[in-house]
Formats: sequence, C-alpha cells, structure tokens
Amino acid sequence: MSEAILYSADGDTETVLAAPGLRVSRTRPVARFAFRGDAAAAGKAGAAFGASLPMTPLAANQVAARAALWLGPDEWLLLAADEPPAAIAAGIEAALADVPHALVDVSERNLALLVEGERAARLLNTQVFLDLDLAAFPVGMATRTLFAKAEIILWRLGDEAFAVECWRSFAPYIEGLLLEGARGL
Amino acid sequence: MTQIRRTRSGGRIDRSQPVRFTFDGRELTGFAGDTLASALLANDEHLVGRSFKYHRPRGILTAGSEEPNALVGVTRSPGSGTPNLRATQVELHEGLSARSQNRFPSLGFDIGAVNDLLSPLFVAGFYYKTFMWPKSFWNRVYEPFIRAAAGLGVAPTAPDRDRYANRYAHCDVLIAGAGPAGIAAALSAAEVGARVILADEQAEMGGALLHETGATVERQPADRWLEAALAELAANPRVTLLLRTTAFGYFNHNYIALGERVTDHLAVPDPDLPRERLWQVRARQVVIAAGSIERPLVFPENDRPGVMLAEAGRIYANRYGVLPGRSIAVATACDTAYRAALDIHAAGGSIAVIADLRERPDEALVAEARAAGIRVETSCVVTGVLGRKRVRSVLLGRLRSGSVTAAGTVNADCLLMSGGWTPNVSLHSQSRGKLVWDAERGAYLPGAAVQAERSAGSCAGVDGLAAVLADGAHAGAEAAREATGTAHAPRQIVAEGGEAGIGWVLGALPHDRDAARVRAFVDYQNDVTAKDVKLAVREGMHSIEHIKRYTTTGMATDQGRLSNMNALSIASTALNRPVPEVGLTTFRQPYTPVSFGTLATTSRGDLFDPVRKTPIHGWAAGQGAAFEDVSLWKRAWYFPRGGEDMHRAVERECRTVRESVGLFDASTLGKIEVVGPDAAEFLNRIYTNPWLKLGPGRLRYGLMLNEAGFIMDDGVVGRLAEDRFHVTTTTGGAPRVLAHMEDYLQTEWPDLKVWLTSTTEQWAVIAVQGPKAREAIAPLVDDIDLATEALPHMSMREGHVMGGIPCRLFRMSFTGEAGYELNVPPSRAREVWEAVWANVEKLGGCAYGTETMHVLRAEKGYIIVGQETDGTVTPDDVGMSWAIGKKKRDFVGMRSLARPDLVAEGRKQLVGLLTRDGTALLEEGAQITREAVPALKTPALGHVTSSYVSPAAGRPIALAMIADGRARMGETLHVPMPEGAITVEVVPPVFVDPEGARLNV
Repeated sequence: MSEAILYSADGDTETVLAAPGLRVSRTRPVARFAFRGDAAAAGKAGAAFGASLPMTPLAANQVAARAALWLGPDEWLLLAADEPPAAIAAGIEAALADVPHALVDVSERNLALLVEGERAARLLNTQVFLDLDLAAFPVGMATRTLFAKAEIILWRLGDEAFAVECWRSFAPYIEGLLLEGARGL
Repeated sequence: MTQIRRTRSGGRIDRSQPVRFTFDGRELTGFAGDTLASALLANDEHLVGRSFKYHRPRGILTAGSEEPNALVGVTRSPGSGTPNLRATQVELHEGLSARSQNRFPSLGFDIGAVNDLLSPLFVAGFYYKTFMWPKSFWNRVYEPFIRAAAGLGVAPTAPDRDRYANRYAHCDVLIAGAGPAGIAAALSAAEVGARVILADEQAEMGGALLHETGATVERQPADRWLEAALAELAANPRVTLLLRTTAFGYFNHNYIALGERVTDHLAVPDPDLPRERLWQVRARQVVIAAGSIERPLVFPENDRPGVMLAEAGRIYANRYGVLPGRSIAVATACDTAYRAALDIHAAGGSIAVIADLRERPDEALVAEARAAGIRVETSCVVTGVLGRKRVRSVLLGRLRSGSVTAAGTVNADCLLMSGGWTPNVSLHSQSRGKLVWDAERGAYLPGAAVQAERSAGSCAGVDGLAAVLADGAHAGAEAAREATGTAHAPRQIVAEGGEAGIGWVLGALPHDRDAARVRAFVDYQNDVTAKDVKLAVREGMHSIEHIKRYTTTGMATDQGRLSNMNALSIASTALNRPVPEVGLTTFRQPYTPVSFGTLATTSRGDLFDPVRKTPIHGWAAGQGAAFEDVSLWKRAWYFPRGGEDMHRAVERECRTVRESVGLFDASTLGKIEVVGPDAAEFLNRIYTNPWLKLGPGRLRYGLMLNEAGFIMDDGVVGRLAEDRFHVTTTTGGAPRVLAHMEDYLQTEWPDLKVWLTSTTEQWAVIAVQGPKAREAIAPLVDDIDLATEALPHMSMREGHVMGGIPCRLFRMSFTGEAGYELNVPPSRAREVWEAVWANVEKLGGCAYGTETMHVLRAEKGYIIVGQETDGTVTPDDVGMSWAIGKKKRDFVGMRSLARPDLVAEGRKQLVGLLTRDGTALLEEGAQITREAVPALKTPALGHVTSSYVSPAAGRPIALAMIADGRARMGETLHVPMPEGAITVEVVPPVFVDPEGARLNV
C-alpha cells in the first residue's frame, strides 16, 4: 500500500488491535506542519514542499512520502516521512520569504493511528458520525471531525484503510474506544 | 400440568426445544420461540402484575410493545437486572428469571390492593387536592410518602455490568417496521440500489405475516413468501436488517435513534457482545410502517386478568400455538375479531360467544362463524366480567335505542375484545408531522410531512393485506426515488386473504350497572377510568393537554397508544365538542422505554471523557504522586514521601523550592503559536499589555479581558521573532482562549495577516524553580548562555539540551524564585526530565505538584484566573493596572473598563489576610464582615479566595477580595464561621520577597 511510504506501523509493539478484518496500529513518527496562508502562499509552499497543497475542500494530495491535506480555505496539514522537520521548514520558509504565511511545526503534537481492514469503516463509525460509504467518503478524502469527544483528522488512504490523526494526549482515549468498539462489532 | 393451553400443532415455536424459566420463583416450561407472555399463557397464567395506583390484579392484554399491564423485572444476577420490561417482548431463554412487580408480599396477595378499596379517595387530581396544607407537611410528610409509594418496578442497586455500544449510520431509506408494508417498501427501495435500513422491534420480521395463516402472497402461503423476501433482502449488501430494534426517537433533519437489544434473548450471551446498541441514523428518506394497534373496549371490569385484545388472542393462537383460555368470549365492534374467533376455533379453542355491538355486522362473517358452531349475538354489549384474579364469566347486555338491558351471563375464562384499530402515528407525530382526523374511520391519520418521511400501510389508514403491500411498495419506491434520484416502478405483489375489517367504537360503552360502583378503565397502566376523564372535564379541564396531566391518561409507557382515542372520545362527549376540536396530545420520544445504558453507550468510566496525561505522568505516578483533575488533564498534585500526608508533603515541597530547587511539570499549560507579519499588532489588540516594542527573545506577562472588561485569562508570552510569538494560557482556558482569538481574527480583523496554531502538545514544559535552578539545568544546556546578563528574568532563547534536543528555554517564575521553563518535544521530555531530576536530587531539591505551586504563587500574591477572579473582576480590582498599556489606542475590553460601575467606589479589591491568632486557616469562599457577629442579612464585605499554610511566612496566609480593600490596610475584620468568627487583619497581598530580589539570583 502506498501509505506505507508515509505512515508505517512500527512492528508488533505498535499494534493496538488485530482481529479478523480489522487492524489498528500506531505509526512511526513523521514530520507535520500546520500551514496557513492564502492561495498564492499555498502555491509556493506546495512547490517547495514537493506535494502541492490541494485547493479542493477535503482533498489530500500525496506524493511519495509527503502529503498535503486541505483542512480549511487557508489551512493545510503537511506530512512528510523522509526528512526531519527542521530541514523541511527551512525549505518552505526560504521559498516564502516575502509572502505572508504561517508555518508551525506540529510533528510532536499529533500521533497517527492506522485503522485498516474490511471492518475498518464500521469500527470508525462506532464513534465517528460521518458517512464513510465509499461514495460519500472516497479514497483520498480528509477532514477534521470528531471521534466521540476527541477532535481528529480522518483521512481515507484506501478502500479499507484510514489514518486517524489526533493530539497525542487524546490517543489513549481513542485507542480505548476503538478496542471497546471492536468487541462485538 | 404443563403448558395446558398449548395447541396440538402449529405456530412458529420450536416444540422440539423445551425451555425452562421461572416466574416469581416458580419453575415453568415453554418452547423456543415463545415470549414470556406466550409461555405464561401456555401455562394458563393470566395474572402477571398489579396496577400502579390501585394495585388491581392485571393480566396480559396485548401481544406487542404497547402492553400496559404485563410489566416484569428480569434479573441476570443479584442487584442487577431490568425493571418494567413488557412480558410480550421478553423472549424466552433457558433459565430466564422474571418477577412480577408492584406487589407485596406476593402477586396473589398484595397489601397495596387496599388502595383499590379506597379508590373513591384516589380520584383524578388526588395529589393536587389532598397534599395542599399545611405547607410545612410537604417536605417532611407528603413528598417522602408519595415518593415511597410511587414508581414502577425496582431499580437495580449494583453498577450495570453490561456493555453498551454505539453505531452511527447513514442510509437512503430507513424503514421503521418490518410488517408487510415495511418489507414491501424495503424490496422496492432496494431494487433501485438504495442503501436501506429495515428495523423491527420484534424477534422476527414479518409483522402480521407471522400470524396471517390463511393468507397467500404471490400465490404462496404468507410465511413462505416472507421467508423468501427476507432472504432476498439479507443477500443485498446495501440492505441492513435490524431485528429487536426499535426506532424510538425521530429528531430533526431525519436523525433517528434506534435501540437494538442484542443479547437479552440469549441464555448465555457472548461476553464480547454489548447488551444493547444505540444506532444513530441519518436517513435521506424515512418510511414509517408502524402498523396499527387494536383498541380496548371501555366497559366495567375491563381490566380483569383474562381480558385481552382480540388480535392478541389470534396472535397467541396462530404464531405461538397458545389458546388464551379454556372458554373464550369475544366482544367486538369490528370485523377482525371474527377472524380471531375463527382461527382460535380452528386451533382447537372453544368460543363461547361473539357479542357484536353492531346491529348488522357483515352477514358473510356472521354466517361463517355460525357455520363453525359459534354463537353470535348482535346489538350485544359486554357490561362487565365476574372474577377478580381471572375472568370467570362475562355479563352481556342488549342494546336497544341507546339503553341496555341485561342479556345474561356467559361462562368464560377469557374475553377477547376489539373496539377497532388505531393507526400508529407516534413516529410521524415525533417528526412534527400533523395529524388529520378521519371521521369515517374514527381515527387520526398522518397528515402532511414536515420532514422527509411518509407513512405506509395500516399506520397510514390503509387496510387489508393486498392494499398494505401495494402501499408499502409504492412508499419504498417513492422514498428511494427521492433519495437517489433513480425512479423505478414499485414491486407488484399479489396477495389474497388478510382482508380489511370494518367497524369501530370509541369511548365508554353503555351498560346497565350501578355507575357509582363500577369502574371502566381507559388507561390501564396509570389506572385512569372513564369516570376520571369525565371528572377532569367537570373540574374545568377542557384541553386534552390539561386532561392528560390532571388524570395522567396517556402518560404510561405506551404513551397512550392504547388509551388516547378512548380518552379523547369520552372527553369529547363530556365537553359536547367534536373530537378534532378537543385535540390530541403530541407523541414524544422515546417510543418505548429505553435503558440508560443505551443512551450512555460507551460514555462511562475511563472512556466517559478523554483522560489527558502529560509525558511526565508515568514518572510522577512511579514516584507515588497524588493527582488532581484540571479540565481533562491529570496533574501531579503533590509528591508524598514516607507516609507524609498532603499537608506535610506540601510544606516540605514549598520549603525545598525556596531553599534549593524544585521540579514541576507545566506541560498542561495551553500554548498557541501566533505567526504572521501582524502578530504583534494582533496581540496588542487581544491583551491589555503593549506588545509592539517587546524585543525578540523577551517574555511578557499578558492579561486578557473579555468584552465586558473582566479578566478572562493570563499567561506568559514570548517573542520568538518579529513575526512569531509563543503564547501560553491557563490549563483550563486553552480552548476558550484559542476560540476567542480565532473569533476576533475571523469576524473583526480579517485584514490582519496573522494565523494561530495550537501547540499545547507540541511542547512538554519542565519548570525548574528555586535558587539552585540554574545549577540544576546548566550541565544539560548545549548552546544557551544562562548568565543573568545574557538571559535575564523574563527572557527566552531557542537552543538545544542534552546534545541536540530542541528546547525553547524561558527564564520566568511563578513562585517568586529564580526559575526556568524548558519547552522540549514530548517524545524526549521524559529523558530530559529524568536528567534534570538527577541534578535536582543532587542539589537536595524535590519534585513538586500543583498544590505547592498554588501556595508559592499565593505567597507572592500572584493571582490564579478562576480563583481570585470569578468573571466579574477587572485588572484594577486585583491590583494589576500596571498590566494595561496606558498609551494603547484600543484592546478587547478597554471601553468597558471606563463603565461607571467599573470605576465606582466600593468594588472588591485583592488584599492579603492574616489571622489574628496566627494559626487559624481560613476557608476558601468564606465571607468577610465588619462585625464578628453581624446582624442577620448584613451584606458581606468580601470573601476569601485563596488560603494556605505558608511555610515561608511561618503561618497561614490568605488572599481575599474585599470592598475598597486597598483602603483598608491594617483594618481588623471578621470571618464568621459556624464555630465562631475568626478575626483577621487586612495586609498587602505579598507575603514573601515584596521587592522581587530573589527573581534575579
């Protein structure tokens, strides 16, 4: 799967849950940035970053080990697994020296879980109220939403694969609810 | 003598699988496929409960969820279990243990039945009339008495050990009810590829098809067609079939709540399965196929065990293979009861009489009944029954031009009745759809829809199997077309049998009995009689809403589905106004009772709320720290050593910080990175302080007001670069502050080029405070000069610690001691913490928690937002006018600070308090007065906001907000307490190092 280039599970110790048709795992650290600015800034940022920042609401653009997720009209989440955050930031800042924008390192703020398998959407729907039918939430769609009482970013990586980005202190709560939801799903 | 009322053959039960169960401790046997009600009836048990108010013996009235009488408690283990389950819905399983309710000491002999003898006292409005005076009796006598006597069933005493699940779902078409209309709708909707959810509250889908034994559908017996139809739906991946699932709430925007009972019917449930599952469904279109409910007849003693609705008797015979009695009388105003009599007769039952209220019922039906040897009487009304715990005989009367004369007695142990059918409009009504009165049918029917829903089949007033199937198919196709945009002809389904029955009656039946002595029940569960409704009208209740509340009719678990139409008709007659003018009460959620577990789902215990822990949490727990909850965070409260209590631990921690060094986890502080060319201008507008001239590398304490000029939050802000600030907020205020800032940015100042990003969890914060703080961290810092000249108080640097770990190092203090805060990545925070800890230990320092932090800051008079402030406090009130930029043109709250009430004399101001005796510890929140024993209703001068034993001051200290406090320095005031007033002296609110010399060590 292509997402393995960006998100990779870190061996058995990172498995939160494995059941028939269901697997939830923690991922290796990646670099993350909150990028804010107008379309012009986003255009330059995308060129420097190596994955253009999508202008379509809820879209994500992945190029190899980098991805840009549309979160709002002037807000994107940038993800990269191939270089340390400081180097990536330096590249983008250099290209945007004269353009108003905000680039903030949030690599450590978030953690990501991979939820995969035939029953992945059903498991997520125990706490996510969005319609996860492929027609309504196609592969590549990403959105900020709620997982019970925790804010997450949900990104569909494949027909049966999702990434859940959350703030790190919320991860145990989300994992706990995923484990609970998987029982008797 | 087991199952003596079981038929020889037939029914959908599995006779090869006997099932043992207990009712009130007695062992009984039924068959797999039985409900508790059908199994009790098979054992000829009709007496199953006592009524709510009069404790009258009650039997099984219905075969469905509308059952008002047969409420039982089902226990799985001591202390747990569920009260008020309807026996008609409880599926039998091996070992089921059910108990009757509302009786003491036993179902057969119940002391509470004395209420029945006293019934003339308990008329409608009894409580309103009786417990009026003396007023003082209400709290002490009346209410406790009523509370003890009221309530149905026994609430469980043990915590619920079951699990409850939640599922969000979306669909094109949700169909509520899987009777013939619902199944036809599902078949038609699924044909166009719509996503369909079909939910039914029963254990089997099919509704009337499950007992319509004579009918054929598509030239097959009804049950065979049903099997094929369900198989077709089950094979469709776009269709979800939900058994034992009640659509109990219809909310806005086609949001419907379903309650699925997952394991209650299982003898040994899989522990992985939840007991119940809440489905929260967003449906594009809804088809309500809820069927109709047979209406009881209102005649004297119509509540005796053995009195049952006619169609229920037919269901027990056809579906469960149970005869409802040995000798069965039928009283009716509707054709369908003939079908019940004939089916029961065919199943081997004995029908004593069919008493038809009507003068000329359908001749063919009468002929068919008589041909079967059944006595049929027309213009014949039931006027009562004899027998208390079971019908013994039935009294008949002859109707002639409105008056009734006795027409003999019929021996019978069961009376089946039918007053006609009431379309089940509950869900339509919940969706806010209006109802339309149909005088021809004597029924309310669904009117125009408000939401995307339609009713189909008999709940829409369509009768007869063929018509119901056609209406359902049409509704399914229409709903699918509306939802998906794809049109498709409805499925054509040919059916014969299950004909429509005509005839109905509403209201109390005439009789020849002594009206003063007999009671005819309208609402069984709430014990409301026809007389109660009439009395309510006489006493001035003219609206049905008032009558409902005065008599409690329609307030039972069936929400009046059985009783409303009769009550309405009686009220309409008493008021001499047509039914539609009297109105109808609104049906509300939930359709049937829902357990608290289903509503709570997974929100319990550790999963009720997120429990946020810092990267240092594990270390603190390992050190034996006590924790306190601060918003969603767990924070280390204090670190007891060797059996210390909190008081001793905090005293030691306070001394240690002031004498050497203390280590504190400040990771929970909110952090916001404010970035953009207008960042300084933005902060200038949001905070009271000036920001434009703050140089990069400098820190400043920021004070934030709301529009009213009151303190909202505070925190230290660092300038990382010309266009980049690191803002900190209080732990609890972080989300509120970000929302406040974002709100202003988006709505008031969209022109500012500045953006906000929450970085609370990007940085863990290790605070090192005390005279030896620099010594503790110096060996770990790679590339930052810690000398006071290079890094003075209130400045910051970005650099690294421990060989390359990024660090934003702040020199700041919330203790009054020299101090540093190391902002480091959470993934590395534990190792940095432990390295600092090693140094701190060597220096004789300690780790401290939030309690010590509170004491240390109080000794310095530093406020805590939310403790010294309460949402009505201005900067000047807490002596912080210095934080207001005097030359600033504007900031949020600035105009309000000039309001007359905010500049008036007499406002409460922050002061310190010392107790006269030097030992008493004041209580936070205690009131402060001028007199030691003030006269009653003397207003307080103020209140204590913070109070601690201060090791540095060597005595208890307190902060307080007192009217004109700063003008009262040296005054003696009093804090009245239950044990007597404590004398205090007003002092400045700084108890340690007023010059601040210790900050610059």
